Amino acid sequence: MNSAASWPILSVVTFLPTLGALLACLMRGDTPSGQRNIRWIGLWTSLLTFAISLLIWTGYDPSNGGFQFVERYAWVPSANFIYQKGVDGISLWFVLISTLLTPICIVSSWDSIKVRPKEWIIALLVLETMMVGMFTALDLVLVYVFFEGVLIPMFVIIGIWGGQRRIYAAFKFFLYTLVGSVLMLLAIIAMYLKAGTTDMIVILRTPFAAELQIYLWLAFFASFAVKMPMFPVHTWLPDAHVEAPTAGSVILAAVLLKMGGYGFIRFSVQMLPNASEYFAPLVFALSIVAIIYTSLVALVQTDMKKLIAYSSVAHMGFVTMGIFALNQQGLEGGVFQMISHGVVSGALFLCVGVVYDRLHTREIARYGGMSVNMPRYALVFMVFTLASVGLPSTSGFVGEFLSLLGAFLRNTWVGVLASTGLVLGAAYMLVLYRRLFFGKLEKADVKAMADLHWREIVVFAPLIVLVFWLGLYPSTFKDPIASSVASIVSAHQARITPKAAQADGAYAPGAK
Amino acid sequence: MLEAICIFLPLLAAAIAGLGNRRLGDRGAQLVTCGAVILSAVIAVYLFVDVALAHHPRTVRLFNWISSGDFRVDWALRVDTLTAVMLVVVTVVSACVHVYSVGYMSHDHSKPRFMAYLSLFTFMMLSLVTADNFLQLFFGWEGVGLASYLLIGFWFHKDSANNASIKAFLVNRVGDMGFALGIMAVFAIFGSVEFSTVFDAAASKSGATFNFLGYSTPALTTACLLLFIGAMGKSAQLGLHTWLPDAMEGPTPVSALIHAATMVTAGVFMLCRCSPLFSQAPDALAVVCVMGGLTAFVAATIGLTQWDIKRVIAYSTMSQLGYMFFAIGVGAYSAAMFHLMTHAFFKALLFLGAGSVIHAIDGEQDMRNMGGLRGAIPKTHALMWIGSLALAGIGVPGIYGFAGFYSKDAILEASWAAGGVGQTAFWLGIAAALFTAFYSWRLIYLTFYGKFRGDHHAMEHAHESPPVMLIPLYVLAAGALLAGIGAYEWFVGHDRAAFWGASIVTPPGHDPIEAAHHVPHWVGLAPLAVGLLGIALASWFYLKRTDLPKKVATAFSGVYVLVFNKYYFDELYDAVFVRPAVWFGRLFWQRGDQGIIDAYGPDAIASNSRRFAGFVSKLQTGYLYQYAFVMLIGVVLFTTWFLWRGH
Repeated sequence: MNSAASWPILSVVTFLPTLGALLACLMRGDTPSGQRNIRWIGLWTSLLTFAISLLIWTGYDPSNGGFQFVERYAWVPSANFIYQKGVDGISLWFVLISTLLTPICIVSSWDSIKVRPKEWIIALLVLETMMVGMFTALDLVLVYVFFEGVLIPMFVIIGIWGGQRRIYAAFKFFLYTLVGSVLMLLAIIAMYLKAGTTDMIVILRTPFAAELQIYLWLAFFASFAVKMPMFPVHTWLPDAHVEAPTAGSVILAAVLLKMGGYGFIRFSVQMLPNASEYFAPLVFALSIVAIIYTSLVALVQTDMKKLIAYSSVAHMGFVTMGIFALNQQGLEGGVFQMISHGVVSGALFLCVGVVYDRLHTREIARYGGMSVNMPRYALVFMVFTLASVGLPSTSGFVGEFLSLLGAFLRNTWVGVLASTGLVLGAAYMLVLYRRLFFGKLEKADVKAMADLHWREIVVFAPLIVLVFWLGLYPSTFKDPIASSVASIVSAHQARITPKAAQADGAYAPGAK
Repeated sequence: MLEAICIFLPLLAAAIAGLGNRRLGDRGAQLVTCGAVILSAVIAVYLFVDVALAHHPRTVRLFNWISSGDFRVDWALRVDTLTAVMLVVVTVVSACVHVYSVGYMSHDHSKPRFMAYLSLFTFMMLSLVTADNFLQLFFGWEGVGLASYLLIGFWFHKDSANNASIKAFLVNRVGDMGFALGIMAVFAIFGSVEFSTVFDAAASKSGATFNFLGYSTPALTTACLLLFIGAMGKSAQLGLHTWLPDAMEGPTPVSALIHAATMVTAGVFMLCRCSPLFSQAPDALAVVCVMGGLTAFVAATIGLTQWDIKRVIAYSTMSQLGYMFFAIGVGAYSAAMFHLMTHAFFKALLFLGAGSVIHAIDGEQDMRNMGGLRGAIPKTHALMWIGSLALAGIGVPGIYGFAGFYSKDAILEASWAAGGVGQTAFWLGIAAALFTAFYSWRLIYLTFYGKFRGDHHAMEHAHESPPVMLIPLYVLAAGALLAGIGAYEWFVGHDRAAFWGASIVTPPGHDPIEAAHHVPHWVGLAPLAVGLLGIALASWFYLKRTDLPKKVATAFSGVYVLVFNKYYFDELYDAVFVRPAVWFGRLFWQRGDQGIIDAYGPDAIASNSRRFAGFVSKLQTGYLYQYAFVMLIGVVLFTTWFLWRGH
């Protein structure tokens, strides 16, 4: 809570995009020049937002694990609702990923979105507000509003600019999330009734009875497991990705899925420690199934986007496994894996978008031999493939290894079974790469495709830098995470009853 | 500082050659990469002299890499004798291969890409051998795997090359999985993954137990066996070896550098690096010993039957790696390192020599289409003789021997002296030595003697390689001639204690090398005897009675078919792992995701609520806004209720 007070930076970052969206609303969207102006407004707004969000990073004190930049205003005093915002070392990065990817999405869709560009920009900017709002909110009602609100622009994006089966995909998504949302709402109400406030800083310190924790945990789990998504409620994701336009897929994979992981940490682990210990084996089991099952499914996909979508489910399996290892390495690994996955899967969907814009098909078999005529594209795709595979020195390795390590320290079975993901993950990505880029360049339309355009290079460059920065010098990002995770872990250890600590059979490093 | 330059020069060169190719041109890329690696080699020799001979081991800390709680890992360069030996081997062989490639790849269209990959590999290998902790070792480990993948699949228009490269990466990943679990086990046991911390504490943990997969297992044995799985993958030990022969799809210089001299020996290096751990885990060592012995034997038998000149040498490599592993298994780490070093020279020589043959006859690799080439390519012929003599371990005891004569003898004597599983390995090694000599001369006779059996035009064009290819061969030949006799005293002779310093640890009072010096006389002579016998047999089979090989193959057709088909490992793995993976993938996707989850989940609800959905669509809102609507109502109701309740 250091440099926070001087000006409400988190609120500015949250609502600046909305301001841009309002401005865009006032513009004419039916003339070419008007449309161009709207795109520029969108770009400048999102760039400015990103620039300001960098100030959160520079002003953040990495040694302090608590909430910083806290803003607090009365909202509905009669009901004890407050408008409260703040970031810790975990949510900080999700805010930055959201603000980084929005301008990237606007640039990447500059030419490819031709239908209703005005509404497109507005939807992206509103989406940004919702995402940042969700990760910075420190009040239950505020979190819920943003958590659900994020889905509105996402539905619009899939529904208007999506593919042919967009209605089916949207409906599937709707059904899944509806169940989760209702239960989450009930859990929030129950928490409010117990704690008498929606202030999350207070609730984080409020002990709930063990039995109540079980029910609350399950209710939150229903919501977050769908968002993650975890097996067996993952089947909306491939359809949503396939139907979404490129930018929609990028945001969906990079940020929206992370709301599930963020929720698991903030609500399940931090607020319901005993239930989290109790249910950890369930999460482990589902995570391992996700890693093995969806990796195998990814192996036989014929649609690029579906393949990457299934790989996301497998990678999120590492995240949930790491989080519920409930130790320093596992939690840090889970958070880091989410950041890395945000960059890498976002970039992979952008990569798919590159060829989709040119050939309008996602069918893997329609391509082949592209490293001959598109060497730059081949290099870019290779970097993200390797990051997805988790090669050391790329971002993918750090999170994957730490979450595996955390799980291994807790239960060697979990570590051993999940490590099969190292092999399976390499299998589907390398087979994909081979079918896209290697072999003979024979198809005439593939041969005719041009290599990366300068605008595409601008889009990929920062993501490539991030992949290696995260992989080679992760301390930059991990120091804030580490102190926040350390305080979470120590609070967790203090709050779980001794009984639970014995039952988990943890193997402490250095013992014996 | 010098250490860092030695290691990062090749990376810099790779980046320049790989990314700046258009402006640089082919020649520029070749000059940059060759120059960088040669400079690295010069520095490596200097470091070797300073570190190993003047006894100045050092560790250079660069910066922190990953830290998470107690888990702390730095980027640091550890240069002790073990590393210095590897630095020299890697950079010298790599420099030879770089220069050779200028000639060998002269007709290729992607020269800068090839040179960049080679230099990238060199960097990864150097960072592997200079690692200061397990995780950095893992970085180099996976890095060389990547470079190997890129280079095997260098000719990516060929399906066979793409298959081989993916296979190599995936089989290695299976090993890497074991390695990664081994690192985690090491951290769980020691609370650190830094070599110095772990090794210092190794003795104190020798009786510790570790809860692994529900069982209470001996901690160090468990960790060592997991690490050994990693070594098995990279060093193509029996079971995880199937990628190595296929890796011959890569250009021949790659086979020489990566799949003979350096990368495949990473497993040997890793186990020697971990000698303080393994020395405390005798059961793990016994497993290493048996696996090594079996690998040496099985690979040598396969080598007897193959027709592809590169595959024969590939199986030979696998077999020689088996020797190094069983040397480690009996605790003779320094003998393993000695053989690693001599093998790097003569095996790279053999591979590049084979490349020179292939280059001479337009890419032909099948020995059935060769023969009588010694007139056309006399220098290559002589070089192949030197390499084969070194491989077979021929020499005159007490006077002079080719490189392998000293190192193979040291291994076999040590394993005999060790007794127990060591003696089993000894006999497997003796049998393998016989086969080694036989297949080496089978290769020489089929290639260089008799009549040419291939296409006439190829013979007419057959030409000796240009100097740019021959000079690296001379350098390697010098190694094959002198490395054994020159380095004997340092590696396994009287100077060995001072030479290795603290970089290799054997249990006190139990030095297998010391015991090896006191074995009966016949043990020392046996390898030479079977080597000569193998050469004699090969001469009989392939010079005098050329009908014999076929007769023997028919007489023992059952065994022959089994061996010729490489004991059906590929078929077995295909049936047990590859096909089921695809089958399960389809099953999970079509029956699981679509058949169960969707059918009973969202689709069922969707069809049941069709009437409701129809109603909604009449309202012209579509499903799209439905959710938004519901959510808004939810928030409104929620807020209203609390507002009302608050009053």
